[in-house]
Amino acid sequence: MGLKGIEDIADRVIKPSVLRGVTLYTALTAIAGCALFPILWAVSGSLKSAGEVTTPTLFPAHPQWSNYREVFALMPFWRMLFNSVLYAGCVSAGQVFFCSLAGYAFARLRFRGRDTLFVLYLGTLMVPLTVTVIPQFILMRIAGLTDTPWAMIVPGLFGSAFGTYLMRQFFRTLPAELEEAAILDGCSPWQIYWRILLPHAKPAAMALAVLTWVNVWNDFLWPLLMIQRRSIATLTLGLVRMQGEYVARWPVLMAASILILLPLLLLYTVAQRAFIRGIAVTGLGG
Amino acid sequence: MASVTFEQATRCYAGAERPAVDRLDLSVGDGEFMVLVGPSGCGKTTSLRMIAGLESVDAGHIRIGTRDVIDDDPKDRDVAMVFQNYALYPHMTVAQNMGFALKIARIRKLEIQERVSDAAKLLDLMPFLDRKPKDLSGGQRQRVAMGRAIVRRPQVFLMDEPLSNLDAKLRVQTRNQIAGLQRRLGTTTVYVTHDQVEAMTMGDRVAVMRDGVLQQCAAPRELYRNPVNVFVAEFIGSPAMNLMTLPVVDHAVALGDWRVPVPREITDSTGELVVGIRPEHLEINGTGVEMEIDVVEELGADAYLYGRIANADNTFNQQIVARTDGQDPPLRGSRVRLRPQSQHVHFFAADGRRLPFSRGTG
Repeated sequence: MGLKGIEDIADRVIKPSVLRGVTLYTALTAIAGCALFPILWAVSGSLKSAGEVTTPTLFPAHPQWSNYREVFALMPFWRMLFNSVLYAGCVSAGQVFFCSLAGYAFARLRFRGRDTLFVLYLGTLMVPLTVTVIPQFILMRIAGLTDTPWAMIVPGLFGSAFGTYLMRQFFRTLPAELEEAAILDGCSPWQIYWRILLPHAKPAAMALAVLTWVNVWNDFLWPLLMIQRRSIATLTLGLVRMQGEYVARWPVLMAASILILLPLLLLYTVAQRAFIRGIAVTGLGG
Repeated sequence: MASVTFEQATRCYAGAERPAVDRLDLSVGDGEFMVLVGPSGCGKTTSLRMIAGLESVDAGHIRIGTRDVIDDDPKDRDVAMVFQNYALYPHMTVAQNMGFALKIARIRKLEIQERVSDAAKLLDLMPFLDRKPKDLSGGQRQRVAMGRAIVRRPQVFLMDEPLSNLDAKLRVQTRNQIAGLQRRLGTTTVYVTHDQVEAMTMGDRVAVMRDGVLQQCAAPRELYRNPVNVFVAEFIGSPAMNLMTLPVVDHAVALGDWRVPVPREITDSTGELVVGIRPEHLEINGTGVEMEIDVVEELGADAYLYGRIANADNTFNQQIVARTDGQDPPLRGSRVRLRPQSQHVHFFAADGRRLPFSRGTG
C-alpha cells in the first residue's frame, strides 16, 4: 500500500472522528456554559453593591466581600447549617439502610406476590407530593411531631420507592453465585445482605445518599409547613425568611445562596466517582 | 466422607416441557470421584445443585451417607462447592475468603488461621493470602475457590465446571492437580463438565447425561469400549466414533468388501443398523472401502484423516475419520482404502440402543 493509500484511510478514519470530537465538545461546552451561567451570575451578584446588582455586568467594579459577612449577621447561619446537615444526614443514612434492605428483598428473596408488590410500591412515585402533603401534615400533627426536628427526619427515614428501585436494580446486577456461595458457607439471609451484598453496593448506596442529601438540603415546602422555630430551621427556610425581611438586599441573598450551595458542591466533589459509577451500574443514567 | 445417592431424583422447572433431571438413579461411592458429563442443557449442573440444596427436588430422594437431605438447608448438608466463575467474595482477601465459612460457623480464630494456612500450603497460596481476588490470575483464583472448599473439610466436594475459565495449558495442569488432590484427601467428589476429555481423565467413574436422563455410568474405559447407545458412543472419544447407518442385506452388513454377518432375529426386525467404528480401529491397507481424504490433521505421533467414503450408489458423501501413524500420513486429496477391525466394531439398533452382538472388546 502506498503513502496515498494510507492517507486515504487516515482521512476516512481520523477526519470524521476529529470533526465529531470538535462538534461534541463544542456542544458540551455550550450546555455546561448554560448550566453554569446562573451560578456565575449569582457569584457575581453576591459581590456587587446594592446599586450595581441590576446592571448587566459579570465582573463587579468593586467586589463587596462584606455581603458575605452580612449573611452571618442576618441569619443564624451555623445553627441552620447544623440543622440541614443533621436532617440530610439522618434521612440519607435511613434511606440507604432501608432502601438497600428492601431492594435486596425485591431483587433476591423469593416470595409470593413479590413483583406485584414491587410494581405497586413503584406506582407510589406517580403520586405527586402535593396530593400527600396535607395527609402527611395531619399525621405529623397527630403524632405531635410538628415543629420538632423529628418532623424533618421521620417521613423520609424509612426509604422511598425511588431508592428501593435504585438498590434493587443494583442487587440484580450481582452474580447469583455470590449469594449461593454464601448460602453454602452457612450465611442467613441477613448475613448475605450485610456481609456479602451490601459491601458491593457502595457505589449505588453512595449515589442514593447523594441524591437524598441534595433533596433534603434543597427541600423548601416540607420544612416551611413543619417548622416555625428559628432554632430548628433549615438553610432554605433561613434564606427565604431573609428574602421576606430584606427584600431589597439582593447581593446578600445571592451571597447566602452561594454559601448554601457550597457544602453540596463539596459533597458532590468527594462522592463524584462513586456517584457516577452507581448511576452507571444501575442503568439509571440518561 | 460419605456416599451420595440419587434415588429417582427429579427436578421440573415451571413451564418446561420436560424435567431438567428425570428420575435420576445414581450412586457415588465414599471417596469416589464421579464426573457428570453431557452437552449443555443435559441436567448435569442441575443434578449437582440438587445435592447442594440450591435446587429443590420435586420427586425422589438424595442421600448423603444414609441421611435423606432433600429437606435440609444447604448449610446443613456438609457439602462445599466450587463454582464455574469461582464466586469469590471480591471485598475479602484470599485468607478471608477461605476462612469465611468457618467464621460464620463461629470456629475459633486460631483454628481458622491454622486450617486456612494448611489449605494454602497445599495449594501454593501462601504468598497470596493478603491479596484480594482482583489481584490474582485466573489460575490462582481457581485455587482459592478450591481452598475455600478444602478448608471446610466437608463430606462432599461439588465442582461445577471449575476449569472452563482457564486457558488450555493451565486447564490440563489444573486438571491433574485437582485429581491428585482429591485422591490425597479422599473426599467424595461430584464434578460437572461438558468436556469429555476432562471427564475421562479425571473420573473414577463417569455418568453421561442427556436431556435430563442418565444414559450410562461406568469407568472411563468401559464407557469408551462399551457405550450403551449411539449418544454415548458419539459423545465419548475424540475425534468421535464414526457412525454409519448401513442396510442389512442377506443377514449381513457390508462396507465395501468388508462384511459382518448379523444374527437372524435382528435382521428380521429391522432393515438397517447403525455401525460404529472408532478412528483408531480403521486399518489403512490395500483392501476395504475407498476413502477420499479432505483434511489431514497432524498431531505429531498420530495423524487423523478426515474424508468421505463411497456409499452403495458410489457417491462419496459418508463422512469418516481414521487414525494413522503420524510419521508418513497420506496427502490431502488422495484416496486410501479402509478396513474396520471386526473385533472393535459396535452395532446399534435404529433407535440407538446397543445391540447385544456388538464386539467392542477393546
